[in-house]
Amino acid sequence: MTSQTKSVDTTKAPEMLSGAAMVIRALADEGVEYLYGYPGGAVLHIYDALFQQNKVKHVLVRHEQAATHMADAYARASGKAGVVLVTSGPGATNAVTGIATAYMDSIPMVVLTGQVMSHLIGDDAFQETDMLGISRPICKHNMSVRRPEDIPYLIKKAFHIAQTGRPGPVVLDIPKDMTMPNQKFAYHYPSEINLRSYQPKQQGHAGQIKKAVTALLAAKKPILYAGGGVIMGQAAEELTELAQLLNLPVTNTLMGLGAYPAGDKQFIGMLGMHGSYEANQTMHHADLILAVGARFDDRVTNNTKKFCPDATIIHIDIDPASISKTINAHIPIVGLVKPVLTEMLAVLKQKKKKLDTTALQSWWQQIAQWRAVHGGRYDSATPLLKPQYVIEQVSKITKGDAYVCSDVGQHQMFAAQYYQFNKPNRWINSGGLGTMGFGLPAAMGVKLNYPDADVVCVTGEGSIQMNIQELSTCKQYGLGVKIINLNNGYLGMVKQWQDMNYESRYASSYMDSLPDFVKLAEAYGHVGIRVTKPEELQPALERAFALKDQLVFLDIHVDPKEHVYPMQVPGGAMNEMFLSKTERT
Amino acid sequence: MRHIISVLLENESGALARLVGLFAQRGYNIDSLNVAPTDDPTLSRLTLVTQGNDQVIEQISKQLHKLIEVVKVSDISEAAHIERELMLVKVKANGNQREEVKRCADIFRGQIIDVTPTTYTIQLVGTSDKLDAFIQALGATPILEVVRSGASGIARGEKTLAL
Repeated sequence: MTSQTKSVDTTKAPEMLSGAAMVIRALADEGVEYLYGYPGGAVLHIYDALFQQNKVKHVLVRHEQAATHMADAYARASGKAGVVLVTSGPGATNAVTGIATAYMDSIPMVVLTGQVMSHLIGDDAFQETDMLGISRPICKHNMSVRRPEDIPYLIKKAFHIAQTGRPGPVVLDIPKDMTMPNQKFAYHYPSEINLRSYQPKQQGHAGQIKKAVTALLAAKKPILYAGGGVIMGQAAEELTELAQLLNLPVTNTLMGLGAYPAGDKQFIGMLGMHGSYEANQTMHHADLILAVGARFDDRVTNNTKKFCPDATIIHIDIDPASISKTINAHIPIVGLVKPVLTEMLAVLKQKKKKLDTTALQSWWQQIAQWRAVHGGRYDSATPLLKPQYVIEQVSKITKGDAYVCSDVGQHQMFAAQYYQFNKPNRWINSGGLGTMGFGLPAAMGVKLNYPDADVVCVTGEGSIQMNIQELSTCKQYGLGVKIINLNNGYLGMVKQWQDMNYESRYASSYMDSLPDFVKLAEAYGHVGIRVTKPEELQPALERAFALKDQLVFLDIHVDPKEHVYPMQVPGGAMNEMFLSKTERT
Repeated sequence: MRHIISVLLENESGALARLVGLFAQRGYNIDSLNVAPTDDPTLSRLTLVTQGNDQVIEQISKQLHKLIEVVKVSDISEAAHIERELMLVKVKANGNQREEVKRCADIFRGQIIDVTPTTYTIQLVGTSDKLDAFIQALGATPILEVVRSGASGIARGEKTLAL
């Protein structure tokens, strides 16, 4: 503990609490409603303290990974950190995938991990693992409790670090002897934390913003490229206003879907590996890219050497390390996207200038031509159900307003391409780490916190089996998630790559002996519906969404041969794509 | 290119591991690393010698900044600076060699800090290049052991890396 300031409410006499009680009390004071976790030896004192109060509610999962994804998805939907409590050793290591998932997508999360007694640390004690060492490269920060009286401060610090700057998961390791029920300490929950070594920027540099506005106004072929930073930075409104003020074409990254309404005419679709033809073409030919809360990920840029040769790049990001990491930014702006966009809007309104109308008009004409080339088409002239069609129907029946929690694979890309996200925080998927098994627990985390909303889990028969045990948790907490299982019998994305790069040698991408998902759902006490023909889909969806409070597992048998298109040609530029099995640019 | 990066970081457990881990995770080189608490015991000063082009060095600097315990980062090799490294060398020193080693140490302004009938231990301070040159200059003298501290550095003039 160093000289960081603590602000303490001194109006009341200090309350004496055990370390365990302080953990729970601090969470309550932080406004935490749900704690996702799984008990075990090292955290039993904490669980006992949890039992003796009713402010913080605990959700008992069936595997710790699910607890982390639930907390993560809550954070993605609400913007606030989700909280996880797991025991030491295997409890902690089971949480690792979830922590890494949150880290890759910059999701705020506080993970409390039990640890063996301090004096046993380093002795290879029962259920001991070096969780600080294990989690170091996959979290924003981690800490360990050395003195019970530090617990409130460390919990506040964990939330502070998790939720400010570029958000991310924070791990707090708590040795069991820090939570002894009979040792009590004065409890003060700090109202704020000030760390001398961590002062994340808020506002962007005014001069840089002016420079950016000037460059933007001079553009003839601009594009607005918005990522997950706009979602987590709660700046969708400002982004939309800016785009509409200047009539800019907008593309969203996989993480940014919903940042700009998909139903609007200025939206040209997702970009990148499975981005729309028009988004990738528009990016490639742009003379100015305004990147907002996006990080020029390799799944976006394709070959960085061939990336957008004519573009001046303005890059707004809270993390300076994301700027000029893969693609050099001409005008970098470090700051939170919301205040930066607000200031850009103010400067623009003051200048009362618009882009060159004629140039912009012909740019839009060009984009319209690109739109006509592919336009999200797929071959619907088959007797088999097309996964794209399923997603379109789900989008229709939920009016684009559901929380869509996806697993990882082809179904994820179809959901991203064909669900019409008109609002931020509705699309919840593991974009960076690509964690199969994310979808169901994510949907659970959202449903628990937004019980009146439609919450959909788009998954496949591969991904769903990675956390299928959580169907039991769903029953226990009455989580009426709708599972859209796009079942094609194959690990579809692996198969697609094998079709395209390995002459269709399906090495371990076919799953034999799949369970009867309908019976399985029923075994857990849920409703299962099988859909094998196109005409069965509509009634099945209607029935599923009418069963408001019930989990419905829709096992939808789709065309096993379908591929995701467009798909960027490996090693090519943004605009080099396969458009179908037989066409490429 | 060789760069000397100075870091001021919280003197907390795990801070150094996090910093070193960053280099391993992101594939950056560490040629040498030197760390100790400063006059303020809550802060450690670390000097790190690394290699990389401008883009790599910029990323290293930004990634270091991102670590919660890192207070300040400076690439001191970007401007006028002083670099020093301490080396202890134990050499075989028999017969005629004893005189030769002594002369060599004198030329490099080294000090013989331990003597036995058959060995000398020489202490030498200077830039890393100078220490390399001394080892070269020892020529045929059998070297028994070399201990180097890694470079420490400080900016010239009024510029400081402090709170």
